[in-house]
Amino acid sequence: MKVELRDIHKSFGTVYANKGLNLTFDSGKIQGILGENGAGKSTLMKILSGFYQADRGEIFLNDQKVVILTPADAMTYGIGMLHQDPLDFPPMQVLDNFMMGAKGGIFLDRSQVKRIFLRQSKEFGFDIDPDNYVDTLTVGERQQLEILRLLWLGADVLILDEPTTGISAPQKKILFSTLKILASEGKTVIFVSHKLEEVGELCDRVAVLRAGELVGEVDPPFDNEKLISLMFGKPVLKDQRKKITPGQTVLEMHDVNLEDYRLQIRHINFKVFEGEVIGLAGMEGSGQVLFLHACAGLLRPVGGEIYLKNEAMVNKTYIDYRQKGVGYLPAARMEEGLVPGLTLSEHFSLVDGNRSLFIDERQAVNTCNQRIKEYDIRGRASTKVEMLSGGNQQRAILALLYDSLSSLLLEHPTRGLDVGSSIDIWRKLKSRCAHGTAVIFISSDLEEILTYSDRILVFFSGQISKPLDVTTTTVEELGELIGGKNWESTR
Amino acid sequence: MQSKEHSRWINIGFQVLGIIAALGFTTIILLITGAPPLQAFQQMIFGIAGSMNNFSNVLVAWIPLLIVTAGLLVTFAAGLWNIGIEGQIILGAIFCTGVLRALEHSTWSAGIIIFLGILAGILGGALWALLVGLLKTFGGVNEIFGGLGMDFIASVMILWLIYGPWRRPGVASLSGTAIFPERLSLPTFSGVQISPWSLVFGVITIVLIYFLLRGTYIGLKMKAIGKNIRAAFMLGVPTWQYMLLSFVVCGIFAGLAGALQVVGVYHRLLPSITNGYGFLGLLVAMLINFQAIWVAPIALFYAAINVGGIQLPIVLKVDSNLSGVIQGMLVFFVLLTDGFRQHFLKNR
Repeated sequence: MKVELRDIHKSFGTVYANKGLNLTFDSGKIQGILGENGAGKSTLMKILSGFYQADRGEIFLNDQKVVILTPADAMTYGIGMLHQDPLDFPPMQVLDNFMMGAKGGIFLDRSQVKRIFLRQSKEFGFDIDPDNYVDTLTVGERQQLEILRLLWLGADVLILDEPTTGISAPQKKILFSTLKILASEGKTVIFVSHKLEEVGELCDRVAVLRAGELVGEVDPPFDNEKLISLMFGKPVLKDQRKKITPGQTVLEMHDVNLEDYRLQIRHINFKVFEGEVIGLAGMEGSGQVLFLHACAGLLRPVGGEIYLKNEAMVNKTYIDYRQKGVGYLPAARMEEGLVPGLTLSEHFSLVDGNRSLFIDERQAVNTCNQRIKEYDIRGRASTKVEMLSGGNQQRAILALLYDSLSSLLLEHPTRGLDVGSSIDIWRKLKSRCAHGTAVIFISSDLEEILTYSDRILVFFSGQISKPLDVTTTTVEELGELIGGKNWESTR
Repeated sequence: MQSKEHSRWINIGFQVLGIIAALGFTTIILLITGAPPLQAFQQMIFGIAGSMNNFSNVLVAWIPLLIVTAGLLVTFAAGLWNIGIEGQIILGAIFCTGVLRALEHSTWSAGIIIFLGILAGILGGALWALLVGLLKTFGGVNEIFGGLGMDFIASVMILWLIYGPWRRPGVASLSGTAIFPERLSLPTFSGVQISPWSLVFGVITIVLIYFLLRGTYIGLKMKAIGKNIRAAFMLGVPTWQYMLLSFVVCGIFAGLAGALQVVGVYHRLLPSITNGYGFLGLLVAMLINFQAIWVAPIALFYAAINVGGIQLPIVLKVDSNLSGVIQGMLVFFVLLTDGFRQHFLKNR
């Protein structure tokens, strides 16, 4: 189906997300939409899929003007959107989730739907058990389920919003081949991303958005530098690695055992030194989060001891760890990092540790403005955090962490952020390292792990490799370890 | 700016619509029950403002409702539904009565006894609320269920006391325990029921709550918990401690209201000592969208409807519960029209 967007305008309060966008998507093509965080990509796609309504502008499907008021409307026109965070029902079974949104009578013919599900799933090389519960699936599998569901509902236009964040490399491969199959079947695929390599690998055409406007449409072969300068309006330079000599031990694990309901990690012995950066690599759910939670006191070890600056942290809570200078940056920004409904300055008051009864509002605003400037957050002291874009939310969470931390633990510090914001965040983190803070971070982006870590721990279903020195480790080695190969050599 | 002004008028329009709808619906109910609607409303207005005495009755109902609603704003701020509020008022009344009974015949000055009674009431309300909080934080019992359970226990307890150990010599009856001597009542303005002390407590409460929620670290932390408990925890807020604190603060005010009902209004313990102000407070809190600034006027309005209804059975043989119908309808229709308004504004 040919999709045409004409002169789309959308603003949220005083913030313009889309300023008169004109775009055409042809059937049988994979069209990329590239742009930094807050460029207006997601907003535009949400307008097309009925989640938002444009303030002004028109949508044409196969040259017919349509009005899309709700996601259900969009679906009846054959437009389905795969969201950045899967919109599914974790406590339900896969098959029930699959049938969600289907038109039909009161009774469900489960066995027939199951056959359809399995057939479709085989066609794309997916491997999901329809009787499993959704909350046992990985992000990648949930995405596959959602794709199957949208296709079954009759999607002819498939929108994917940053679909590769949080999925593993093999899953990404499967996803890309699926999208190519779909395009070859004549479907219109719209692929929203800020990752140049992916767009280059997959797309037949790329539209670049900046600050709510279309700044260019590019055909292959793609020139990365040109795309970057379109995205940011200027070329972006990466920092050179600086060698840091580690100082004293800030965190030590002594024969620590960790477990949750599905994973066990045994006998961890590990030391983290002042000023170093430790990257935790591995497929999602291999134990990195357990490890990081234990370092922050969010998970109590079932055996062994954890020391912070040589002090044993027995029976201590997260609040105690915080007071000892441990900072934690969760991956889910709006769920765990920030409080929607509170302003930026209220957030800074919340963490300022002031013991007086009354909040000095003027001072709170001053502190806030200072941090806003320091961290280049595009927002005001009175801005509610949910109004900030993803990158600015991430910078705000980082700004909320005290300056004098002994260790800083981060889940996916740059997930969902564009190149410019990522480099910026790492510049901030490195400057904290220079002041003695140790950084431990989880990332599914190997490039990021190799660029910024001093040492790397690889996780594979509850096993942890010995620390790898980044200067002698290659992407290939990491990739094999993550996939569970060559583990003998790391013990 | 123009559009802002414009949407403000739309807002007001929708609110007026809600009130009209509520009154319209009440009229229909009156017609169904066979009562003349105009006369009924007239009687209610007379019941509110017909005389100095009537108006003072409105104030008598206003104070406890104001105090209770203000307390509820604290638990609402922390995202908690303190359904146990009725029980907390009852416990306040019971504790206060207990102290008054114990010291009734002592030689202590009346002022000190009343003061201790009120203090005991505060303690009782706070304890009962703390129990709900502990059940939630350590027992995993949702505060709505826990609160409801504690309400039942409290109302059984008060009946047992009135019919049992504290019964009036000779007769145990619904009319409550024996009336305390005159000296153990809060002094009133001459000729009317309302005590200046109650007014003072009411004003202090609302001012305290307003500033607690608006300008203090405690209030901010509670709001953070209410809006996103997980993120609040990650940002270093001791979550369960502040949740317990919010229960205790609300319980303090519920207990105060209960104690004032004893020393300021009924001068004894009655089965219906709360007058349902706890649940009514929940309605008011919802109606004002949890904004402290609106508690005083809207609680006054609700108290007026309550008191206005008292005339009805006498004059028109209509049950005084009609007040409850109006109150419920108001909340319902105002929330409903607000829902419509948001829908309307969104689609424009």
